Amino acid sequence: MQAIHSPHKAGRFRKFLNSPNVVPMVFVLPFLISFLLFFIYPLFSTVQMSFQEINGFSDVRYIGFDNYTNLLNDRFYSAVRVTLTYTFWTILILVPLPLLLAIALNSKQRVGAAFFKPALFIPQLTSVIVAGIFFRFAFSDSADALINTLVGFLGIGPVPWLKEATPTMFALVTLCVWRWLGVNIVYFLAGLQSIPSELYEAAAIDGAGPGKQFLHITLPSIKPTIIYVITISVYGGFAMFSESYALFGTARTPGEIGSTMVGYLYQQAFVEARMGFGAAAGVVLLVMVMMINLLQLKFFGTFKRED
Amino acid sequence: MASVGEKGKLSRVIMIAVLSIFAVGALLPFYFLIVSAFKPGVEMVRYGITLNPHFEKFTLNQFRILFNPEESNYFHWYKNSLLYTGVQTVLSLVLTAMVGYGLGVYKRFRYRNIVFMMVLLVLMIPIEIMILPLYKEMVFFKFFDKVWGVVLPFAVFPAAVFFFRQYSLGLPLDLMDSGRIDGLTEYGIFVRIMVPLMKPAFGAMAILISMNSWNSIVWPMVVLRSNEKLTIPIGLSTLITPYGNNYDLLMPGAVLAVVPIVILFMLNQRAFIEGLTAGGIKG
Repeated sequence: MQAIHSPHKAGRFRKFLNSPNVVPMVFVLPFLISFLLFFIYPLFSTVQMSFQEINGFSDVRYIGFDNYTNLLNDRFYSAVRVTLTYTFWTILILVPLPLLLAIALNSKQRVGAAFFKPALFIPQLTSVIVAGIFFRFAFSDSADALINTLVGFLGIGPVPWLKEATPTMFALVTLCVWRWLGVNIVYFLAGLQSIPSELYEAAAIDGAGPGKQFLHITLPSIKPTIIYVITISVYGGFAMFSESYALFGTARTPGEIGSTMVGYLYQQAFVEARMGFGAAAGVVLLVMVMMINLLQLKFFGTFKRED
Repeated sequence: MASVGEKGKLSRVIMIAVLSIFAVGALLPFYFLIVSAFKPGVEMVRYGITLNPHFEKFTLNQFRILFNPEESNYFHWYKNSLLYTGVQTVLSLVLTAMVGYGLGVYKRFRYRNIVFMMVLLVLMIPIEIMILPLYKEMVFFKFFDKVWGVVLPFAVFPAAVFFFRQYSLGLPLDLMDSGRIDGLTEYGIFVRIMVPLMKPAFGAMAILISMNSWNSIVWPMVVLRSNEKLTIPIGLSTLITPYGNNYDLLMPGAVLAVVPIVILFMLNQRAFIEGLTAGGIKG
């Protein structure tokens, strides 16, 4: 084959590859291929499967909206509730807390940032499973277990952590905060360091105290970082599954106290072999994520127009 | 005037105290993991992790089981994790750098904004939603239970594309013109001139991608089946199931999965954190 290739032809191909319109296309081609194969097709296929009953590769039939009406059950409601509660708490903690710690690390007084920054970051290096193994045994029911010993100092009796809904949520959120606090601190530090110090100096001359400086300089300047952190938190919250899997060792948790929407999808599709049903759960999750993202863009978009 | 100084001193003490509390919270789990790794699994099941380390119960037995291929697959899992992470990192670095650079540098590219919007779309939607059809695709392509099945769907890692794009926006574009004058093609300019300038971005993304791959769970769990092909986290997770009886291996296995990354981080942490903050997320 190669012998047939005339140098003339090869030259023309090379010229084509180097033409100004084609070059950027070649650079982004890997993304386009991946986008089609591993995003667009699966997206449409998920929607299609959500209308099917699938018993093996050849036995497929369309059943209309049956999968969706079947989703109206207590187990799924519970998974939605767990997912939303988890997302709510992780955002409520993982935005203000790392911001305050980042401000402390960024302060002009030397507080040992060179030590604290990496120290707080290290938990991110663990896999959720490894973190889950620690938290599972730290939150063990036994009165001698670490967390029960600690709450014992506060006069609270041994708690069966992973057997009741609220303590389970506490364990899940603790696990998430432990792993992500340092990362968000790094993001906020980056935002804080990009604020020109002249702004603060000018404000100080005008007599603005630390509180006013925070409200009128710090917050508006790091708004993009806050938006970014909230966006990844929404993503992480809605995609949450591994944290609960790591604590319980199964996709289906006792009494559904830790089962999330992705956990439900996984359980239905891969454990109970109800693929179409799992796909319907996926579509509902997709719609929820899209709605929240759009709301968020809209909300922060209007903010942007004001300033 | 003295009161201002004292106030400053006080706030410094408070800040250090608060930071110390969080640092202790961040680091203590590692201490407990390491201590627990030397205790028999039965202890873990019965008492969980305890404040008192109970040194008298220490044993090395589980480490012996861990590295005996006849008694556990841990050694295989370790090897697999290294292999998948290596392949994923190299492949993703090449592809995402290309794409991000293309989007950042060619400002007159007609589809620049559309493609960038598509990247953001992928970034916004949890891939977990699509694991079902992706799983069927991998079966179709005969990538199921193979390294390519683990690696390919996430080779063009959208966060890294985003990062490389942001980084490329700051590249000195006049160097492209001088490259053109020297007779380099656009690809030559990328490889010979720009890639060396993007070194910090490559460093940061190498760490990000490899960490992601080393620790990823949901997808490898779906696409891998044979026990000897699993990764460390998935392998370990098979030990946590309520039906498992290998609790002996859990703690030492978890510790050994983290140690190499922590060592790498300690050697490179400055480069990593600086890389992350440099090209950053100033969208």
